Amino acid sequence: MLHIVACIKQVPDTKIIKMNPKTNTMDRSSAPAILNPYDAHAVEEAVRLKNRYGGTVSVLTMGPPPAVKAIKKCVEIGADEGYLITDRFFAGADTLATSYSLTMALQKIARIQPIDLVICGKMTIDGDTGQVGPGIARRLDIPPLTSVNKVVEINQEEGFIVIHRKLEDGHQVLHSSLPCLLSVEKEINEIPYSTLPNMLRAARYKPIIWSANDLEDIDRSLLGLKGSPTIVSKIWAPEKPKGGEMLQGSSSEQVERLLSILLEKKELFDVKEAKA
Amino acid sequence: MNMEEYCGVWVFIEQNEGRIASVSLELLGAGRKLADKRGVPLAGVLVGDGVKPLASIVIQYGADIVYLYDDVIFKEYRSETYMRAIIECSEKYKPEIILYGATSTGKDLASAVATDLATGLTADSTILDVNEENGLLEASRPAFGGNIMATILCKNHRPQMATVRSKVMKALVPDAAKVGEIIEESVALKEDDLRTKVLEVVRVATPKIRLDEADIIVAGGKGLGSQKGFELIHAFAGKIGAMVGASRDVVEAGWVDHHHQVGQTGVTVLPKIYFAIGISGAIQHIVGMQNSGLIIAINKDPLAPIFQSCHYGIVGDAFEIVPMLMEAFEKALHGEVQYG
Repeated sequence: MLHIVACIKQVPDTKIIKMNPKTNTMDRSSAPAILNPYDAHAVEEAVRLKNRYGGTVSVLTMGPPPAVKAIKKCVEIGADEGYLITDRFFAGADTLATSYSLTMALQKIARIQPIDLVICGKMTIDGDTGQVGPGIARRLDIPPLTSVNKVVEINQEEGFIVIHRKLEDGHQVLHSSLPCLLSVEKEINEIPYSTLPNMLRAARYKPIIWSANDLEDIDRSLLGLKGSPTIVSKIWAPEKPKGGEMLQGSSSEQVERLLSILLEKKELFDVKEAKA
Repeated sequence: MNMEEYCGVWVFIEQNEGRIASVSLELLGAGRKLADKRGVPLAGVLVGDGVKPLASIVIQYGADIVYLYDDVIFKEYRSETYMRAIIECSEKYKPEIILYGATSTGKDLASAVATDLATGLTADSTILDVNEENGLLEASRPAFGGNIMATILCKNHRPQMATVRSKVMKALVPDAAKVGEIIEESVALKEDDLRTKVLEVVRVATPKIRLDEADIIVAGGKGLGSQKGFELIHAFAGKIGAMVGASRDVVEAGWVDHHHQVGQTGVTVLPKIYFAIGISGAIQHIVGMQNSGLIIAINKDPLAPIFQSCHYGIVGDAFEIVPMLMEAFEKALHGEVQYG
């Protein structure tokens, strides 16, 4: 029986979020808050492993109160329990302070039920760093396995896991002792539509909520902005490109013009005989 | 922490099977600028098995010093071995800055090291500078999926660290005459103590899949309508010897493998020519290809944002334009032989 904990985050949908041109900051009202897509795949993988090997899936998130919605989304996917740590002391955290806070919560969860595997998405679509997962692993002193795109097997008796870790030009097949932490690629699985029972369960589900006070022995100097070695000193809108030259005329005139532009670089081209 | 003790700019030298990753050479170029501005040495940290011969290359590409960790325990990348080398080297020699390629390995390694050293790490930096007055590393990067740029500082912790994607910085022209110091170091690790093992490394058979090294890319987007429609991209790319790229939408729709994805969550590319066909031009895509030498956009929608980020644009139907272009190409390039 495995106890798997997935660390997740609620993020603005950065695919459609807009900049406020007057203030040069993100207009959070322009995009809905969603479960970080990579984390959704992490939860799905946890649920699949639960179905394969037996056990329970808990999810953990650090965020403001609306993050409860992201936890409910995880219950829809098939998670059994959800924990939210929320406190103004956590605000302004960079990845080091975030991994600290999440680790303290994981240790508290582990005291309730020992953890066999921690799983999270490779990165968030707002922070874009991918640093929190390995940070948690280091703090828990368990092996971090990043960019995982396949879980080959888990052997609970002998306490090991075999996974594929994605490289630029292929993958490593890694064997690791348990417990460990996996950060996963989206391609690891496809998320099916939620089942009706899970949806109903999610609608009724109330997560367990902890504040900084509930995390025993927490060192407040390591939380939030105070606990963050990095700070954002400047934010600006990327330079708007001036736009390209639009080729004019009929299609054949446009193609002719384009061809002459491209032929200036003709040494690059390796034209094959047309077969297809 | 006595920050004055920390001196020197380092680059983690990533290597695979005896070949230094190009991003590491690029970072030596960037690191050289930072080191010169600070008036401090530039060092490469080279970790691997049987990699000693690579140390001189690191020097030729700009390093004054190479810290060499050469042992069979480093044969394949593992977090637990490589991070031990970087952490011990850092604690012993105290660099003020360490740069890593933002590769699968580099990001994994940097994240672990930053946590153990309790210091700051900025991911996927696209601009690096050092402040003349206070000596702080200014690492800038796109955030919120590419919608904004942010500059990150690490004021009170050392070393200041950053990861940088390939093709963002530029390597120096190698100088065979450059001299440098090679300092051999080791870590006290035994294979039996380790918790991870690399059972196998599977490399993709065709070298053609390295999109980030392509000179010409033909990329397609949702505008091609279907997987069948996307075949036009394969045909065009095949015709001119280009590699196939794709937008995130196309990859998520399953029309093409994720290896082809260009963008913030895909690959950053720097080809000499980039064709964006049926791609609307969402910022996540743009940040992955905006530094291409020549960007040609073809799209039915005159208002598509891609036209703001290209050099030349054609408003038109790809299914009409591209076949015409292919034919014209064939004629022009083969026609030349006739004129002798």
